[in-house]
Amino acid sequence: MEDTLKIEDIIKPENLVYKKTSVLTDVPMHYCYGCSHGVVHKLVAEVIEEMGIQEDTVGVSPVGCAVLAYNYLDIDWMQAAHGRAPAVATGYKRVNPEKYVFTYQGDGDLAAIGTAETMHAVNRGENIVIIFINNAIYGMTGGQMAPTTMLGQQTATSPYGRDIDLNGYPLKITELLAQLPGAAYVTRQSVHTPGNVRKCKKAIRKAFENSAKNIGTSFVEVVSTCNSGWKQTPVEANEWMEENMFPFYPLGDLKDGEREKPDAYLVQKLKK
Amino acid sequence: MAKVRGAVVVDKEVCKGCNLCVEACPQDVLSLHKEVNSKGYHYSYMSNPEACTGCTNCAMVCPDSCITVYRVKPQKIA
Amino acid sequence: MGDIRLMKGNEVIAEAAIRCGCDGYYGYPITPQSEIMETLMLRRPWEETGMVVLQAESEVASANMLFGGASAGKKVMTSSSSPGISLMAEGISYIAGAELPALFVNVQRGGPGLGTIQPSQADYFQATKGGGHGDYKLIVLAPSSVQEMNDFVDLGFELAFKYRNPAMILTDGVIGQMMEKVELSEFKPRLTNQQVEETQGNWAATGKKKNRERHILTSLELQSEKQELHNQKLQAKYKQMEEEDVRFELINCDDAEYILVAFGVSARISQKAVEILREKGIKAGLLRPITLYPFPTKQIQKLIPQAKGFLSVEMNAGQMIEDIKLAVNGKLPVEHFGRMGGIIATPAEIVEAVESKLIGG
Repeated sequence: MEDTLKIEDIIKPENLVYKKTSVLTDVPMHYCYGCSHGVVHKLVAEVIEEMGIQEDTVGVSPVGCAVLAYNYLDIDWMQAAHGRAPAVATGYKRVNPEKYVFTYQGDGDLAAIGTAETMHAVNRGENIVIIFINNAIYGMTGGQMAPTTMLGQQTATSPYGRDIDLNGYPLKITELLAQLPGAAYVTRQSVHTPGNVRKCKKAIRKAFENSAKNIGTSFVEVVSTCNSGWKQTPVEANEWMEENMFPFYPLGDLKDGEREKPDAYLVQKLKK
Repeated sequence: MAKVRGAVVVDKEVCKGCNLCVEACPQDVLSLHKEVNSKGYHYSYMSNPEACTGCTNCAMVCPDSCITVYRVKPQKIA
Repeated sequence: MGDIRLMKGNEVIAEAAIRCGCDGYYGYPITPQSEIMETLMLRRPWEETGMVVLQAESEVASANMLFGGASAGKKVMTSSSSPGISLMAEGISYIAGAELPALFVNVQRGGPGLGTIQPSQADYFQATKGGGHGDYKLIVLAPSSVQEMNDFVDLGFELAFKYRNPAMILTDGVIGQMMEKVELSEFKPRLTNQQVEETQGNWAATGKKKNRERHILTSLELQSEKQELHNQKLQAKYKQMEEEDVRFELINCDDAEYILVAFGVSARISQKAVEILREKGIKAGLLRPITLYPFPTKQIQKLIPQAKGFLSVEMNAGQMIEDIKLAVNGKLPVEHFGRMGGIIATPAEIVEAVESKLIGG
């Protein structure tokens, strides 16, 4: 009997179990084939749809490959200067506290040129969501070394591999941010397997839910691939990421709760 | 136990042939087609449709959101 | 009669912001304008009007916070002094490119570099010619009294929203630190979210409604043809400013042969110099540009038939003189007199400059 079921019988509206969310537009993404951005865009869009907050969410796109993220998610957007997305989000959120505001930033944007804006937004505990795509390279400009580039990793500006004496160390910015009292939720995810995609979506959902609770900043790093920049196929890039990046950038939650209570930071006898 | 039967529809014009869905499929349902779409990509398709369980793994990892998944619940299969 | 006080210029900027219904101030301390944020923090307007006041981590961040607040269709502002404005130049360029309304206040000090904390007018070029990258203009208002520090906050917002363009109050350490009588503006309530939606909802990022396309506030356009169209649209806007919003003051110009052109604190000193020159029987007058951009080019040209020469009086090495020369177009002598390093010129020095550079020269 099972073999008599034809494909046409399966492909019917009542049997639909997964389709592209309506929060994603029909504009084909400009990203390279296999790029992690597409998956993370989809997850953010699905969370927005499932929470029913499309009219109340405003995104901040960065400078980098994701600068055009505003073409793909059907929400209002602001396009920030390089690294300044957390400042733009802060400026917006402070005068519109009832809105959901998220930034979407790459490693160069967030962890190099925008380090100050990132650290201080999280330290103030801004009630925003920061999505951080760490693919250890500058994709948009053609594969240069990023703050998170691995030691020995070859890029257009580290053609003989990243060297400590010349370039310093790869920056674990997420570990730094997890130390800040303003952070509510700091997690590191990936989207290279179906299981990781599902986990990452849960993390993004929690981050958005936190933002409505006013409990501090939620920060989701997604360790990602840049197969074009790495000069690999998408499948090879996933393997390279697992072998080389995960040991240094281990997946999992670094902080899950809410911003610190002020008690530990209060000086008892402040002299007037 | 009844076997879950599924099927996927790939929007072949949006597919960039990255192969991630092919790798993610636990049932080896998908392959890249030997033909190309209008943009020149070898798009993904069900080369082994009978094996599909409708698990959605392919759609999960698809960066271009071009996979729609259908699944017939076991009780529906007589 | 409104609320009359004796107040410092910087404090008045803060008070005027609260009274005009400003939604947010994002700032960073720098001399000689720190009293603006200090006054706001003391006043706690968030309890009174709901206005947000936030000390940012840098001028870079504060300018970009303005980008965010302005994107929401809200009235947002910041203030700084010269080195800080250089850091804000990035944000100002993006705000101009994305066509957002925002108000910047520059209480100028001497440069270049860290320069001096003493007053200066050396940021004329920076303010009127752009300051950041790309073809854009700021609406630049130059107050010469504490009263105008009050008045121009509201006017600056009005013009910024009229053109969806950043506006700047270009003042200096003298006006900022000076105490003077001021009649404060009446209180205007902040707009509600509903009112913002009604007045700015056709462009602002107020959250995408089902019945409209998404609003994308960006300065990026990758297609050359579209970017050129955008540039042309901006230029048309600047042309409209030049037609509709030039502001200036004429003092003793009816029969003037020697015209002093000066803004801000220099205009006050020049006014005294005009009085002295008149006492000496010299027909002197003062043209005080209130908008440095758009510049009162046509008014200068109207004065050419009666005039024998122009003297640009500025606390810099000669910046506004270039705009005067463009207006005069070689038809009359145009000279410059200025002190630098934070030194404020005396009326006697200006009188001497008129006599030696224009009359004797």
